[in-house]
Amino acid sequence: MSRRVRTWVFLAAAAVLGVAFAAACTGLPDFGGERHPYGDRAAAAALRQQIANAVASVTFDQRGFDTLGEELMLFGAVLGTIVLLRRAPDERRVRPPRVRVLPSTRAYGTVLLPVVLLTAAYLVAHGHLTPGGGFQAGVIAASGVHLAYLAADYRVLERIRPTAALDVTHAAGAAAYAALGFAGFAAAAGTYLRNAAPHGTLRELASGGLVPAFNTAVFAAVGAGVVVLLAHFLDQALEIESAEERSG
Amino acid sequence: MTAQDADLLNYLLAVSLIFTAVLATVAAVTRDPVRQAVVLAVLGGSLAMLFTLLQAPDVALSQLAVGTAVTPLLLLLTARAVKRRRQR
Repeated sequence: MSRRVRTWVFLAAAAVLGVAFAAACTGLPDFGGERHPYGDRAAAAALRQQIANAVASVTFDQRGFDTLGEELMLFGAVLGTIVLLRRAPDERRVRPPRVRVLPSTRAYGTVLLPVVLLTAAYLVAHGHLTPGGGFQAGVIAASGVHLAYLAADYRVLERIRPTAALDVTHAAGAAAYAALGFAGFAAAAGTYLRNAAPHGTLRELASGGLVPAFNTAVFAAVGAGVVVLLAHFLDQALEIESAEERSG
Repeated sequence: MTAQDADLLNYLLAVSLIFTAVLATVAAVTRDPVRQAVVLAVLGGSLAMLFTLLQAPDVALSQLAVGTAVTPLLLLLTARAVKRRRQR
């Protein structure tokens, strides 16, 4: 296909898509309007299940199966990265040199790291009550750990980040989510990923049935997964030297 | 919400939407990956702001962590690894 034909095919397809998309958008409720058919039903279901954070209710209770798919997607992505970025036989590990850091940068990192980890702990523990949850807490904790690299150096980061243990944590978190789904069979007429535990009282820490457990599993999978992902990228950028780099 | 509050919210939303659109365009036309990573981080912050204004704090939190920290960092590290291999 020549460039000209390709351009015309694209323009034709784009026109059809544009018209169909615009037509579909006219059927949507008005932006900021009073009618929220999906939101009303989701919020009512969240209140029935005693989950104060309606988003957590949608993620883990009403659409738990979709979240399982996202969990496995992340697992596959991290696994793929580990396999692709593993050290090849002709590559060699070099220790990155110690670097001097400004005292103010060091103090900033030392103060901020516990604050970030505490924020993450709050987000995962209160995921069923206030905005946040396992995913957000996991990504925040994982990026927070890398303050050690900013405020000290790569050796310190490697010491506070046991990659081998985190590999296992990542897999265990993803497996725990899938396994928790089987708790749904406990009740009569149970189904996979059904929120089977007692629901407790709305707005109390012990409420929402299995949602806090799901949040914890996701926190382990996402937090450890992102640290492992960044570890492999950091190794490639800082530590691993290929054969041609050594000779050249 | 009073009428004045609604006006203010609409104004903030409009500013935030325009800001996001401009930053996204800048990110798309920036060719140097290192610069692009920086623009992406700012774009991530602007999207987090937009999500907060649209009353989606859960999404804003994810966006803040993934969009302003993790994704630009992955890009920077990749650019560095490629550059290091090319230099020698």
